[in-house]
Amino acid sequence: MNQIDKHIGRRAFIRNTGLASGGLIIGFSWLNSCKPKSISAEQALEMPKEWFEINAYLKIGDNGVATIYCPNPEFGQGVMTAMPMIVAEELDIAWKDVLVEQAPFNTELYERQFTGGSQGIRRSWEGLRMAGATAKQMLKQAAAEAWQVPVSEISVSDGVLSHEASGKTAGFGEMAAAASNMEVPEKVETKAVKDFKIISHSKKNVEGKQIVTGEPMFGLDYQYEGTLIAMVAHPPAFGLKLKSFDDSEVRNMPGIVDVFQINTYDDNFVRNFFDTNAFPDLVAIVGKTTWEVMNAKKKLKAEWEPLSEKKLTIDRFGSISEITVPSGLESTNKHNELMEKMASQPGEIARKDGDPESAFKNAAKVLERSYSCPFLAHNCMEPMNFFAHVTDEGIKLAGPSQAPSIIESTLASRLDVPAEKIEIEMTRMGGGFGRRAYGHYAIEAALISKQAKAPIKLVYSREDDMTFGIYRPSYQATYRAALDENNNLIAFHVKSGGVPESPLFANRFPAGAVDNYLAEQWVINSNITIGAFRAPRSNFTAGVEQAFLDEVAEAAGKDPIDFRLELLKRVKENPVGEENDYEPDRIAGVLKLVKEKSNWGQTPPGVHRGVSAYFCHNSYAAHVVDVVMDGDQPRVEKVTCAIDCGIVINPDAASLMAEGAIVDGIGNAMYGNMSFTDGKPDHSNFDTYKMIRQNEAPKEIEVHFVQNEIDPTGLGEPPFPPVFGALANALYKATGRRFTKQPFSTDKPPLVG
Amino acid sequence: MAKLDLKINGQVKEVDVDPSTPVLWVLRDHLNLVGTKYGCGIAQCGACTVHLDGTATRSCMLTVSMVGNSEITTIEGLSENGDHPVQKAWMDVDVPQCGYCQAGQIMTAAALLDKNPNPNDEEIEMAMNGNICRCGTYLRIKKAVKIASENN
Repeated sequence: MNQIDKHIGRRAFIRNTGLASGGLIIGFSWLNSCKPKSISAEQALEMPKEWFEINAYLKIGDNGVATIYCPNPEFGQGVMTAMPMIVAEELDIAWKDVLVEQAPFNTELYERQFTGGSQGIRRSWEGLRMAGATAKQMLKQAAAEAWQVPVSEISVSDGVLSHEASGKTAGFGEMAAAASNMEVPEKVETKAVKDFKIISHSKKNVEGKQIVTGEPMFGLDYQYEGTLIAMVAHPPAFGLKLKSFDDSEVRNMPGIVDVFQINTYDDNFVRNFFDTNAFPDLVAIVGKTTWEVMNAKKKLKAEWEPLSEKKLTIDRFGSISEITVPSGLESTNKHNELMEKMASQPGEIARKDGDPESAFKNAAKVLERSYSCPFLAHNCMEPMNFFAHVTDEGIKLAGPSQAPSIIESTLASRLDVPAEKIEIEMTRMGGGFGRRAYGHYAIEAALISKQAKAPIKLVYSREDDMTFGIYRPSYQATYRAALDENNNLIAFHVKSGGVPESPLFANRFPAGAVDNYLAEQWVINSNITIGAFRAPRSNFTAGVEQAFLDEVAEAAGKDPIDFRLELLKRVKENPVGEENDYEPDRIAGVLKLVKEKSNWGQTPPGVHRGVSAYFCHNSYAAHVVDVVMDGDQPRVEKVTCAIDCGIVINPDAASLMAEGAIVDGIGNAMYGNMSFTDGKPDHSNFDTYKMIRQNEAPKEIEVHFVQNEIDPTGLGEPPFPPVFGALANALYKATGRRFTKQPFSTDKPPLVG
Repeated sequence: MAKLDLKINGQVKEVDVDPSTPVLWVLRDHLNLVGTKYGCGIAQCGACTVHLDGTATRSCMLTVSMVGNSEITTIEGLSENGDHPVQKAWMDVDVPQCGYCQAGQIMTAAALLDKNPNPNDEEIEMAMNGNICRCGTYLRIKKAVKIASENN
């Protein structure tokens, strides 16, 4: 790959110029002011006497040590390590001389401080490289001026600047002061992939030591003098709202400071897309310690009343729409009946190629299968929480959020304060999985702090967290396939929908591979709040589509991998339609890699295998799942995984992410289930909400990456959805039965007799 | 409220709390030892695991009045410098994703190895089964326990 010139975008230029001229990041001191212990990694490195800010992403000390800021919030995906690796690569500093800190939340300095959609690395790749490369260029410029030699003659390696002809060398620390005053270059070169020394070379989690020693890092650990604890009481069922409450027993309980009602936003408030919230009217209980507030909450008497149908205005990043929230107390049984009814009727046509009706009519063989899945709770290990200190001077917030910019915008609007007065510290998140993109809990914390006139930390109990959910929707899909007398796939039909969202991707595989194709969808409205859950919609669609294709391959008498590869070849050579939103070569690539690595076709005795492959969130993943039978219980023995996400930044951490996605996929496919009875969630804690545990995880997972030089794409989500399909296909081989209703652990045939 | 002397991480700490308060909240809210995590409050997830006289114990359901003279060890007290074999193995293997459950996992693993220095796979699974990791790092947890066992 040739070296490429990158032109700095106008915004980056302004940003960098501003910083080079001084002081925009001066407010950093507050970042560490509340942390009782210093960063462990720092203890290993000698600290410089003076730091020089080069740009928003890094500063260099007079001893050559660099601090690189991770702009995005961390919830376990590894950006705190991976993003600084990219900056360090282009800066050309030795990784041992790098310290990492979470950047402040600052929309002026950073473009996308959002964790979600597997877009962190993909969307920041160029900016992070530019941050490192421009800094390196400024250091070179400083050396050139100091040594009075042309800048083009200066080389850099591992934080050392050299001029070969004169034999002069200097560490970054010696040139940092001068570099910080250099003009920011308009164009710089970034490295060729073959020259990477840090990227694609595994680095340990930079916060590993802090995690294993229990240092305060998470929102729930946040310390601030005089902080009171707050909890909220919300309606016990979706479809209910607060009518009144009686706090007479609560107020005099030990440690209780105040009890009052808050309204997070009223029905006329224009909500941001991530302001999903079923329960805006809450009772807040404020006290001195968590246990005292938990006890007081149990004694609170509240009355609830049915919600009337209402309309809400949603601002989806500038596009305004109105949604209707229906009244009623909904139940899973009723949802299932409604879904079956919708599945039996024509849906809204999302894509139609050829003449599917005739093709099905004239087919030699027609297959049909229906699938469903329940709602899922995110169940992040760290329950929702946020710190807030609202004063007349400004608002200080700290806590776990995937989308601090939404919190800032909503809170500015809700409290009618300028965004500049809101300061948000991004703490490490104890998981997110999409749930922490919905920041109502931060708004609640701010409203409680304002009313209580005190710094408060809002804490959700596990029960609050699980029953005040923004769940993965319940979905249903019916697939049909038509084969001709030569077992060619001549027509494909998918009709899917859900409560209250359709999971359909009309333009994904096998769209484009079949002459006659029909995709339909439908929706059942609901007052149960739903939202992003690791690979939204794909987390159902991938699994069922891949399970159905397995069945079609079997009916056609073909090997499931060969069958898919044939279809992908067709898309490559002669695609149907122009809207196909995947690259057939890259799906074929992961299938071929997983075929090779799993020794497909040489299944060990006693092992039952299933395969799947899927594209979502810009990346490609394929799995082979090996199931063995323990008596009559199937167990996943091994998973072999192949991924194409372009350049892999931190390979070992990327493998870890895929391992986690696979375990998460098996867990949710086998056990995940949130059901409702009269609007009330049937599960509120881990005693009945079954999570996958150590003995149910596969014994072995192998992760392989397709080696290429394509710009990196996301990894948090793509390996997750296809697990459901590969598992279903392996279970079929193991039991002779197609598993169609998630969770599979309860998908049993009806008792006969 | 009651004044109690607690033996925590080799020191005696006096706390003035309602005797029914779980040790978890005494640690977190009264003693500023927040490495021990709240996950479920009903001893189902293991995030709050501490050692009570060396035995892995869920601190969310252990009331402070039940502790008596027993010694409590938390993640902060497991080693001086984060160099307990289990902590070192955790860093070697790079176990954590979000990291929230890991203090509890480490405390359970350390107690296991204390009693059974060479556990087999089944024994590791049995001991670690009470600790949920939502990120799904179970394979690395098991690998780290084995490495710690070998290095111990």
